[in-house]
Amino acid sequence: MELDSVLKGTNVLDCLECGKCTSTCPISRFDRSFSPRYTISSFLEESPEELLRDARLWRCLTCGLCNLRCPVDVHYSDFTRRLRAQAAADGREATCSHGGALQALMKIMTAPALQQNRMEWVNQELQLADKGEVLYFVGCLPYFDALFTDLGVDTLSIARGAIKILNRLGVKPVVLKNERCCGHDLYWSGDTEHARRLAQHNVEEIRSTGAKLVLFTCAECYRTFKVDYPVLVGPLGFQVAHLTEYLAERIPELGQLAVRSERAVTYHDPCRLGRHLGIYDPPRTVITALPGLELREMAKHRDTAICCGTSAWLSCDRYSKAIQTTRLASARATGAELMITTCPKCYVHFTCAMKSQDCPEEARIELKDLTAVVADALGGVS
Amino acid sequence: MPEKEPFRPKIVAFACNWCSYAGADNAGVNRIQYSPQFRLIKTMCSGRVSPAHILKAFEMGADGVLVSGCHFGDCHYLFGNYRAVEQFEKAKKIVRLLGLEEERLRLEWVSAAEGVRWARLINEFVEQITRLGPSPLARNGRE
Repeated sequence: MELDSVLKGTNVLDCLECGKCTSTCPISRFDRSFSPRYTISSFLEESPEELLRDARLWRCLTCGLCNLRCPVDVHYSDFTRRLRAQAAADGREATCSHGGALQALMKIMTAPALQQNRMEWVNQELQLADKGEVLYFVGCLPYFDALFTDLGVDTLSIARGAIKILNRLGVKPVVLKNERCCGHDLYWSGDTEHARRLAQHNVEEIRSTGAKLVLFTCAECYRTFKVDYPVLVGPLGFQVAHLTEYLAERIPELGQLAVRSERAVTYHDPCRLGRHLGIYDPPRTVITALPGLELREMAKHRDTAICCGTSAWLSCDRYSKAIQTTRLASARATGAELMITTCPKCYVHFTCAMKSQDCPEEARIELKDLTAVVADALGGVS
Repeated sequence: MPEKEPFRPKIVAFACNWCSYAGADNAGVNRIQYSPQFRLIKTMCSGRVSPAHILKAFEMGADGVLVSGCHFGDCHYLFGNYRAVEQFEKAKKIVRLLGLEEERLRLEWVSAAEGVRWARLINEFVEQITRLGPSPLARNGRE
């Protein structure tokens, strides 16, 4: 194994074995056999090759809670990603949820000749442009709609909502007809090469439209563009922002907002937007600016927020479900009727958890993406 | 210059253990001559074939995918083929979003006695895929 490539920049050699990572890890809380501390010590003291064969390698959520707690700044999630890249290079297969359907889909997206048919969700009310300064990156929403509608999620309401909001602000965004997956999940599954190809394709397509600002409604796409694309393909040549950041500065420009009903809501920080990028205030600014909504924080919020239980469509098991129900129960405990998030994956995963018969009544709560909530407040048909 | 080789499609056919695989077997036992342009994969039930299997086949360079199971009412597991329909419809939506022709994907019911029909079905599907030409993803798995 090339140890250097795994250790680079992760500070793993500084580990004090204090175990704070394991005591804060959402997986370790439910699965005693999973321990970041033990993983690091066995990597350093025993056989690193053993680790690559261990199925637990694919369990880490890379949510970054341990990174935050670590007194010597070990970057465990990055260490995991690098180990996975090494394991993938050795021909080991990741433990994928949904039988690997999403991974197959992502790899299909790297085919140069692919001409997708992904714009059918655009209805007549939504105004788009072929060229312009602002581009909206839709992400996998049309595919999630095909795969997960039976869970009861409406992922396309996020995409339509985003365009509706932008139109209200006087912006006709560009939407790429042949946009590919951002590559986030492949990157975190150790498949750096396919992620790079996707990055190249997306960056070239975006440049050809002349867009200066790319907006996202997905926390993962946003992180990937902002942090990983410059590493994979070099400087982007355009700005990137999450729609909530863009919106937080322009709330007054939205004009009159409708009061649907007075209700208490709570906000779930997606790990990619929160801990990975440090964006905590813009979504809260938007929520509190909406008339009729009262924001109640969960016990663990902002940088201590618990992950939605699955990441990169890797391991999804009873521990994921336990993490999800715990999080949902803490949302209900605030007295809120609605939990708002800013990542479509959190939306899908939590909804899925509530579908389970094992999900207790006190963990059932209405769930919506912030984009859809704002679009609703604009009135009219979405 | 050597003459360009004619397009020989690669088709992945999923057949359930109880009806369709036996149907294909029946075709063989009866020495029916038919197209060899398909790779047969036996599953215990057509309901086992999820979008993941279908997408993986396309990703690896299949030009067409056939899913085949027992006729309704004949399923060895009573309702497995109804599950197959649900899974297939999901996969079809994805294939459509990906911009692939929907004709590259087919769901059929073939019983253990329908060897002749199996052979005809395969010939028909091979012809259909040959008309469509290679899948735009085909290079992916053939590098």
